Amino acid sequence: MDVIVQTGNFAIEHLLRELTPQVLGSVVRRFRDFAAAEDAVQEALLAAAMQWPREGLPTNPRAWLTQVAFRRMVDHIRSESTRRRHESDVALEIPQSTSIESAQQEDDTLVLLFMCCHPALTPASAVALTLRAVGGLTTAEIAHAFLVPEPTMAQRISRAKQSIKNSGIPFQLPTMDERVQRLRAVLHVLYLIFNEGYTSSIGSSLQRADLSHEAIRLTRIVHHLQSDDTEVAGLLALMLLTDARRRARTNSAGELVPLLEQDRSLWDKEQITEGVALISVTLPKGSVGPYQLQAAITAVHDEAARAEETDWPQILALYDLLRRMSDNPMVALNHAIAAAMVNGPMKGLELLDSLKTDSRLANHHRMDAVRAHLLEIAGDHELAVEHYRAAALKTSSLPERYYLLTKAARLSGND
Amino acid sequence: MKYILLMNGTKDMFEWYSKWPKEDLQANIAFMRDLSQQLKDEGVLVATEGLAFPSEAKIVHAGSDGSPIVTDGPFPEAKEFLAGYWIIDVESAAEAYKIAARVSLAPAPAGTPGTMPLEVRQVMSRAPEEWTS
Repeated sequence: MDVIVQTGNFAIEHLLRELTPQVLGSVVRRFRDFAAAEDAVQEALLAAAMQWPREGLPTNPRAWLTQVAFRRMVDHIRSESTRRRHESDVALEIPQSTSIESAQQEDDTLVLLFMCCHPALTPASAVALTLRAVGGLTTAEIAHAFLVPEPTMAQRISRAKQSIKNSGIPFQLPTMDERVQRLRAVLHVLYLIFNEGYTSSIGSSLQRADLSHEAIRLTRIVHHLQSDDTEVAGLLALMLLTDARRRARTNSAGELVPLLEQDRSLWDKEQITEGVALISVTLPKGSVGPYQLQAAITAVHDEAARAEETDWPQILALYDLLRRMSDNPMVALNHAIAAAMVNGPMKGLELLDSLKTDSRLANHHRMDAVRAHLLEIAGDHELAVEHYRAAALKTSSLPERYYLLTKAARLSGND
Repeated sequence: MKYILLMNGTKDMFEWYSKWPKEDLQANIAFMRDLSQQLKDEGVLVATEGLAFPSEAKIVHAGSDGSPIVTDGPFPEAKEFLAGYWIIDVESAAEAYKIAARVSLAPAPAGTPGTMPLEVRQVMSRAPEEWTS
């Protein structure tokens, strides 16, 4: 079942999306059937989207939605049990008021997130399910954001719900032992959502389904619920500090503008201030992780008024720390760039040579792209052109291919 | 990641296919229809189409005033012609190869040697990676 909750009333839409995980949480907690509950909540959202703009907001919107969803669940169970010709053992009375404590509601949101980001799901399924069940986006919006047909996305979501059902994951918070690891899985999914939105924002308007803003909104919720977790704060800061550069990332022709050539006056100052403040209070708390370090690096870049003023020694020091914590080959490449900026391109090229044995990088276009960049700085334009072209052949990103080919053309005098 | 699976054939293959016995054709068509449904149900299908025979192809280029100049037939120098394609959205190249192998299992008349090869190409994404930081 899928509905488009579009009322043309931004305040109501915003409220509905905020209430989605809370209402869904109540329904799943009560009926223990995630898949059916999700459909019931979508129906309740549709009813609200049609009635509220006409008749005004109910006194307690959350209770209103919960009751409608409960009724739908009861209808669903009745028709199911008729179909199966046996009595359901679920008591079917509808609570007249939902006076559930707000702490419970918050827990429910967290439980939902843990469920949707369960390691048993593939990343793509977890992303889609989180956007729908926690983010309150419609299947059509999610399909549009990922450029796949709506029925395909609907199947992906329905299979994800089925996997949750089959795996028998209980609707409760993970044990304290599991908690840290499961929270990392949640953060990873939020990071994927952000990245998808941020990197594909070129030349496309995602309207309400703006994935990076949605990721920021959801990460804010997690941060609110788990304010002691330094990595949650780190991820939120990283998103804010990265998203702040969005307007400067492409020029008027839609071409990619690398960080060091961006017009920094286009950066979102407010978001940078918020991100810097957040990472500044988080880092001293002591439990430093990869998201915090990435946020710190991004903050150092964002704080430089001009590219030439970038504090590269500090960035290099942060990458040194990050490398010890993360096996991500992209971190190793960025570390080489920072080393080149501090100690000269030869040092960077030397580090690249030492990465050749990493099978994840050996044939990766970014290896060639970084080498080309460093060779260009070193003044070896002929070899730089060769590597820019090699990178252009290997990349699967269209804007990146344009960028790399343009770089090669300029350096070889074909500008 | 999106991939396109291309089913190409030589002129001889198209002619051979047009002469398949009815049962073999029906088995092949049913297989393709089921496969499309499976890929939809698995949440990976983006698009799939079969193309008209290359004998119906036209070559078009713009004349000096921009109007189309149309000539009959496919490019004469071409050795292979597109018969159909599947665009899928999967998590890795390995998954794309697995699906290509499934397409390749399409039934053909008894005694046909081997299975149909598919060309697998990645579809360019609009997402660039960040350069630094």
